[in-house]
Amino acid sequence: MNSSNEFVRQVAEQKYEFGFTTDVHTEIIEKGLNEDIVRLISAKKGEPDWMLEFRLRAFRYWKEQTEPKWGHVHVPPIDYQAISYYADPMAKKPTGDGKIDPELEKTFDKLGIPLEERLALSGNTAVDAIMDSVSVKTTFKEKLGEKGIIFCSIGEAIKEHGELVRQYLGTVVPYRDNFFAALNSAVFSDGSFVYIPKGVRCPMELSSYFRINARNTGQFERTLIVADDDSYVSYLEGCTAPMRDENQLHAAIVEIIVNDRAEVKYSTVQNWYPGDEQGRGGVLNLVTKRGDLRGVNSKLSWTQVETGSAITWKYPSCVLRGDNSVAEFYSVAVTNNYQEADTGTKMIHIGKNTRSTIISKGISAGHSQNSYRGLVRATANADNARNYSSCDSLLLGSECGAHTFPYMDVHNDTAIFEHEATTSKISEDQLFYCNQRGIPTEQAVGLIVNGYAKEVLNKLPMEFAVEAQKLLSVSLEGTVG
Amino acid sequence: MLEVRNLHAKIGDKEILKGISLTVKDGETHAIMGPNGSGKSTLSAVLVGNPLYEVTEGEAFFNDKNLLDMAPEDRAHEGLFLSFQYPVEIPGVSMTNFMRAAINEKRKYHGLEPMNAAEFLKLMREKRKVVELDSKLANRSVNEGFSGGEKKRNEIFQMAMLEPKLSILDETDSGLDVDAMRIVAEGVNKLQTPETSCIVITHYDRLLEMIRPQYVHVLYKGRIVKTGGPELAREIQEHGYDWIKEEAGED
Repeated sequence: MNSSNEFVRQVAEQKYEFGFTTDVHTEIIEKGLNEDIVRLISAKKGEPDWMLEFRLRAFRYWKEQTEPKWGHVHVPPIDYQAISYYADPMAKKPTGDGKIDPELEKTFDKLGIPLEERLALSGNTAVDAIMDSVSVKTTFKEKLGEKGIIFCSIGEAIKEHGELVRQYLGTVVPYRDNFFAALNSAVFSDGSFVYIPKGVRCPMELSSYFRINARNTGQFERTLIVADDDSYVSYLEGCTAPMRDENQLHAAIVEIIVNDRAEVKYSTVQNWYPGDEQGRGGVLNLVTKRGDLRGVNSKLSWTQVETGSAITWKYPSCVLRGDNSVAEFYSVAVTNNYQEADTGTKMIHIGKNTRSTIISKGISAGHSQNSYRGLVRATANADNARNYSSCDSLLLGSECGAHTFPYMDVHNDTAIFEHEATTSKISEDQLFYCNQRGIPTEQAVGLIVNGYAKEVLNKLPMEFAVEAQKLLSVSLEGTVG
Repeated sequence: MLEVRNLHAKIGDKEILKGISLTVKDGETHAIMGPNGSGKSTLSAVLVGNPLYEVTEGEAFFNDKNLLDMAPEDRAHEGLFLSFQYPVEIPGVSMTNFMRAAINEKRKYHGLEPMNAAEFLKLMREKRKVVELDSKLANRSVNEGFSGGEKKRNEIFQMAMLEPKLSILDETDSGLDVDAMRIVAEGVNKLQTPETSCIVITHYDRLLEMIRPQYVHVLYKGRIVKTGGPELAREIQEHGYDWIKEEAGED
């Protein structure tokens, strides 16, 4: 009867692979948060006045707010004055020949993120690599530029494409949206900006890789993706952090605008440091992600594999404004040890004949708590809105918890929403059946977990799917083709 | 092949096997029969190392290796196979991935490189013919949505893939119609070689008409109370177990 407990123990003792730190001269501004700090960040980034005004409005609003408490998570008290809001690992710039510090390059190499274009994964992924508050490098900018695609750090975009950013920034997630959105809007550091012009199909995967390195800093990335009429882009996001005893705050915003007949696929493999087996340390991942399907026949698909972070509070959502728009949310969330995840989505149906699909797979082990929280709403005009939701929970061991909080809010008689939920455990029978066929328990659990999550993993781009499969189980090497 | 001496085993506090001794030589087929609750399935479960059962006494050697010291997966790698009475469903895991994991774990144990994908798929195609399973098998999840007959054929398919030295068929005939039983029996017969052995656990002699055992053992209340040739199975079919129970003496 102890075989699965044994597995859980092994998983618990598994070492976090990306826990190293990079020894690089990093300029970190003093800890604390006040208007001067907001001005300092804006000045460091050389921003125009409108951006500073945006930040200050957000900051003043944030000061009046309190943290939300409704999540099924226990966020430790955060001392916002004990965090440094800007850390620049690029401060010691070499002699202006455009080369980056070899230490940084080595770091991203170690993470499997090549900053040399010739080394890119199958030559078909452009990367924006961000460490702490600063974008280290964006690859394939020129090649993408030929098609009119803008792919750069948001800092650069604010300077180079100010009008475009200004037109869209904060229109999907206004700073008043929630406490952490206000905080991010005040102090956001770097992130990626993507603009796909009308009728352009982005020829390669775009990818942002986020890395927290410096101690006592938070990361407040901001990503803005605009897909103009009849365009298409697939975007990937990955993230890791060093192992530290204290919690690190990560409060990001991702905004996506999808215009007429455009399609955006957004995939995340979130692997922030989850804390140790006693639940010490780990990243607090408090994120607001939302897509606005403004155009008719537009399509947005969120796929996320969440394995890291001490606490995850995240609901990648879709506002289905355009008639006939289609939204999808595919999620695998794995929690272990003392990790807590409260994640799900919101599907807000406003346009006519809009359709949404939610497939959520939670996997909990150790003493962790894993919650799905979702809202599906049809407004009065949303004739023929359709939603299908399926939320499954898989439990490994008996100390963990799985929870489902589905909300439905229907104001239109023609809307049809369906919700299915299951909870299961990997049974001793299943494990023994595998054992008898020669598959040890650890590999058997990997096989079963990957099988369970297959529906979601299949939605990921190939390179990511492979990484995600590895992440999902202790050791799957050679067992899944 | 297999040498079992005075094996005792319990589940919880309940002793089920009360001193089983059994010798199976290379190339032999043994049948184990007996009324419900006599310990037939327990014996097979204990031999393959099901952790629900605790061995309290006795020994078991498999090709001179101490079976009881081995992890269940190592017993499998050494060539022990159980066709489950109730094959387990594993949703989401395709037969292809499942068998590939099983075969490559075995190869790893024997110091061999993993089998490449083309070779593996060819093997799958070849072996499923043994039990007349169709090509859809590869993409179906392990036993999920299989009919009773398909599940049992799938067990024999896995046996064909893994090429065990000793196969234990635990009531593989239960719930099968005549045609399915013929397919299963023919499959098992095709897989038999002078170097492999088989233990067939069954209630009825129908399967034994097709898979011809040299020895028939009757298990009753956790002990083998009678051993004979194929004729013993026929006698049981005609007269039931009462006369054996009497011979064994009720205790």
